[in-house]
Amino acid sequence: MTPFDFDRVTVSDVSRAYGRRRALNRVSLSVTSGEIVGLLGPNGAGKSTLLGLLSTLIEPSSGEIRYGDKTAREAGPALRARLGLLAHELQLYPELTARENLEFFAGLYGLSDPPDRAAAALSRAGLVERAADTVQGFSRGMRQRLALERALLHEPKLVLLDEPFTGLDEFSSRALGDRLRQLRADRRVVVLATHDLEAVDGVLDRAVILRDGRVVALGDSGGSLRERYRAGLTGR
Amino acid sequence: MSAFFRVAWLVVRKDLTIEMRSREMLYTTLFFAVSCVLVFSFGFVREGQPLEGAAAGILWIAIAFAGTLALGRAFERERYNDALRALLLAPVDRPAIFVGKLLGILGLLAAVEMVVVPLVALLFRAPLLQHPVMIMVLLAAGTIGFASVGTLFAAMLARTQTRGVLLPVLLYPVAIPALIAGVSGTLALIQADPNLPIARFWMAFLGFFDTVTLTLALWFFEPVMTE
Repeated sequence: MTPFDFDRVTVSDVSRAYGRRRALNRVSLSVTSGEIVGLLGPNGAGKSTLLGLLSTLIEPSSGEIRYGDKTAREAGPALRARLGLLAHELQLYPELTARENLEFFAGLYGLSDPPDRAAAALSRAGLVERAADTVQGFSRGMRQRLALERALLHEPKLVLLDEPFTGLDEFSSRALGDRLRQLRADRRVVVLATHDLEAVDGVLDRAVILRDGRVVALGDSGGSLRERYRAGLTGR
Repeated sequence: MSAFFRVAWLVVRKDLTIEMRSREMLYTTLFFAVSCVLVFSFGFVREGQPLEGAAAGILWIAIAFAGTLALGRAFERERYNDALRALLLAPVDRPAIFVGKLLGILGLLAAVEMVVVPLVALLFRAPLLQHPVMIMVLLAAGTIGFASVGTLFAAMLARTQTRGVLLPVLLYPVAIPALIAGVSGTLALIQADPNLPIARFWMAFLGFFDTVTLTLALWFFEPVMTE
């Protein structure tokens, strides 16, 4: 497979409909390497749908998304090797151990030496002592940390995170914030959807505020994130 | 090509690992198939004499019902926790995922058939093991045809609420040719005067059916999995 890379993801006039309901309505934005962009908005705003579109798992009803200068169809399977998704459902197999989950996905991504990769990921997740335990016995926070490492195993260029702070205690939240800053320093493109404004305040470079499937504000002006969010939703 | 089969093997191994821990699908499928055969034996065996030719139909009914039960659970592990999306996001040929799931189902049904075939032979006094190679080829070909259609439909319905109801409704009309061929071929082998040319005809039919269904399933798997 020919390697594929990009420094910018451009969403152009993208809509996504489910029957009569428009989950996303003519959304346009772009994200570049070395920035962390937050998708903020109330429930049903279209944040998860936009992440699904960016991950190529959902196709837009209209509009296009370009990764560099190529669409997903033009880039082919090589694009998926550069995408990492931490979804709201954690995409782990509860009957497998933490190590088995990571080794399975490492093998699926064609990574060399899956056991070593899994061991390194377990260390970053702080789960070395629980490596041989099945995931069904893990707390939500532990699963979240493991799922994050699963999403980052193959060092994706575009990192998509849906509510990554859910279930994390203060220490883990801070560690995740540090991890996101490290990804930014590594020139990854990071897009995360969240309700937790406190957790991401100081982490985000830009905020895209969605409501009813539309971008209502690009909150990159001054003030705290909460102020920008409120201003974006109310239009003041 | 090696990458394709590597991915298929990874999926099979993952499913086997999970199944060896829980044995949930194996036990429920086996129990269901055996119960089927036992119940039918009460109806179709009178005073120790089975109804002529009943064994062929009952064998394939047990396989079909057990197969439907297994197929209904085939993507359950991927559906739970949305692991199916993680599989689809991997940079692999998506039909390889289909092949991996199909091989898992075939392994499970092979285990069921290893129990059900001798049981039917015993309860219905059917000479199923008289032509062991031909019966094995018939079972393999019929099971592949049934399972390849079933795996595609199970994948299609993985995210649907009413998948339990819809799967048999969609599956049986399409899989009926495989079941009829299986029953007819088996009957040709176990009747008093075995008709080997007829059995070979139905084997050839199943070979054709399997080629068509596998090709179509591999072709359609990716489009049906994309939202």
